[in-house]
Amino acid sequence: MDPPAVVPGLSSDPIAEARNLHFAFTDREVFRGLDLAIPRGRITVIMGPSGCGKSTFLGLLGGRLRARSGELRFGGEPLPVNNAGLYAMRRKMGMLFQNSALLTDLNVFENVAFPLREQTDLPEELIRILVLMMLEMVGLRGARDLMPSELSGGMSRRVSLARAIVLGPQLIMYDEPFVGLDPISMGVILQLIHKLNTAMGITSVVVTHDVTEGCSIADYVYLLDDGRVVGHGVPEEMMNSEDPGIRQFMDGLPDGPVGYHYPATDYLEDLGAARP
Amino acid sequence: MWVGIFMIIGIGSLLMLALQVSDAGRGGGETYRLEARFDNIGGLTVKAPVMIGGVRVGRVADIWIDQEDYVPVVGMDIEKKYDALSVDSGAAILTAGLLGSQYVGLTPGFSDIYLEQGDTVELTQSAIQLETLIGQFIFSQGANPDKEGG
Amino acid sequence: MKLVAELGRRGIVFVSRLGAAVLFLLLAVRGSAMCLNRGKLILQQLYAIGVLTMSVIVVSGLFVGMVLALQGYYQLVNFSAESNLGLVVALFMVRELGPVLSALLFAGRAGSALTAEIGLMKATEQLAAMEMMAVDPMKRVIGPRFVAGIIAMPLLAAMLSAVAIIGGYLVAHGQFGLDAGVYWSSMKVGVDPVDDVLNGVIKSVVFGFIVIWITLYEGYDAVPTSEGVSRATTRTVVTSSLAILGSDYILTALMFGGF
Repeated sequence: MDPPAVVPGLSSDPIAEARNLHFAFTDREVFRGLDLAIPRGRITVIMGPSGCGKSTFLGLLGGRLRARSGELRFGGEPLPVNNAGLYAMRRKMGMLFQNSALLTDLNVFENVAFPLREQTDLPEELIRILVLMMLEMVGLRGARDLMPSELSGGMSRRVSLARAIVLGPQLIMYDEPFVGLDPISMGVILQLIHKLNTAMGITSVVVTHDVTEGCSIADYVYLLDDGRVVGHGVPEEMMNSEDPGIRQFMDGLPDGPVGYHYPATDYLEDLGAARP
Repeated sequence: MWVGIFMIIGIGSLLMLALQVSDAGRGGGETYRLEARFDNIGGLTVKAPVMIGGVRVGRVADIWIDQEDYVPVVGMDIEKKYDALSVDSGAAILTAGLLGSQYVGLTPGFSDIYLEQGDTVELTQSAIQLETLIGQFIFSQGANPDKEGG
Repeated sequence: MKLVAELGRRGIVFVSRLGAAVLFLLLAVRGSAMCLNRGKLILQQLYAIGVLTMSVIVVSGLFVGMVLALQGYYQLVNFSAESNLGLVVALFMVRELGPVLSALLFAGRAGSALTAEIGLMKATEQLAAMEMMAVDPMKRVIGPRFVAGIIAMPLLAAMLSAVAIIGGYLVAHGQFGLDAGVYWSSMKVGVDPVDDVLNGVIKSVVFGFIVIWITLYEGYDAVPTSEGVSRATTRTVVTSSLAILGSDYILTALMFGGF
């Protein structure tokens, strides 16, 4: 299934796209010909059952993993192969990791200041202003002296988000941003993703298996399964799709094209009942 | 701050090992070379100390066999400040304690002419070997009754 | 047949891990070279690696020296050679026990902590997050620890030897009434600044290099789960200890073998 060349209402110039992407870990094939495009300036949500390679795709896009074959482009260019090129590309990206990945030996302020200190030679006063602005935006200016171990899951995810945007990236990748959050924190994160996109025009890629939350913020949805895109469209299309594979995931049905049973030999035979 | 203390203690320990324990400061001075020929050097090794009356004045630098008459020769580096050793000085291979390591003991002479770089100490006394001593002792013990009887 | 296959399989795993470790070493050395201008990071690691190991080193050094003096005295007094006690303690420490024991303690104290730290950083995606922030973990995380480990090891070894010699003095003087001058001068006569002290320092630098390499590699290569990290920590201590003792034999043979 090819992604449409022009998605209605979306820009025709994708910030990132994958063509016929193949990838495998040593013992497990993850992608068999993945095709998708991330429209610039929009929120793209990639959904799929656990283990379908959603997070792996972010690893590939960030250059932490390398595809076996196929093409992956960011900003119109193929992903650089050398380290220097990759690091240059990553300066245009931010990423929110599933478990926040705050540096445990630095406090909140220093965590947000980390990319500035490592990547720029800004004077201390300017770093302070920038960090406090970012912390204010995620509502944690008051928590600047806390250590990561003292934060709740939602708070550390917000700090991590502040850190991801402090260098002003063009693209933010969210890896399962809603997992393990209480409803209030979930609302906060949803609102932040939306705000970053509309107010700052940052392209967002959200990887999640939460259908409701995903669809509520998405401009465009991709559904992955078995190493391929099995469906894509704007959220309304996906919600109203007649395709059984899409339906099963959207409605959370236990059995369907994705089987309830792990492949096995015949049940009765296994139990020994088939013996004469 | 703590790192500073750590570095100071660490470097201090290194200095202590170098100066207090191994006396690196003194070995670095200028030396001159003397040679001595012995019949038998026993267990003398390179870097063994050279002493005068128990005071260290240098070290054994080299040990080799003279190719002409097959006699062991010991080369010693003596510190420059002890440059007034007479030509009739003697050298002996001695043992520190009964089973201690061996060293070269120098006995200063009385001549007004001094040894210089490359000179040879003529008066030498070889290492006393314990097994030879014991052999002599047993031999003399065995010989004594005969003497009395004769 | 199964045994042969299993041996072969393990051999392949071993060789491939060794290759990965060597590759890691090259990257780590490059990272170390690039982090040399980040004095503050190295200082932080010197604190974590050196200062926190110092107390263990000092206490064990004291006891080792005291035991050596006790044992040495009882043996030497048989030959009425107890005046050489200082020499015996000093030679033992400077040549052998100082570098080896401090490296073993270093692997147990700092090494296991470093492996666990790096392994956890990997498990909690901190290393991946750094990569995504365009910060090379080799330069920011591995490099400073590598440099600090190589600086700290010879200093720790020297501390261990120095404290042990002092501990030996306490026993020799306090318990056996050996004269202070005899104790200290006997080692001046017998301990050579190059052959003994310098070679001991070279040994400890080599050990520091080996331990910090194994330590950081095990952490970096750990399976990013709590079980993986704990296994990596155990492996660090075991592998480092074996590597220290093995390389000690080789170094000793090369240095004191009479070449």
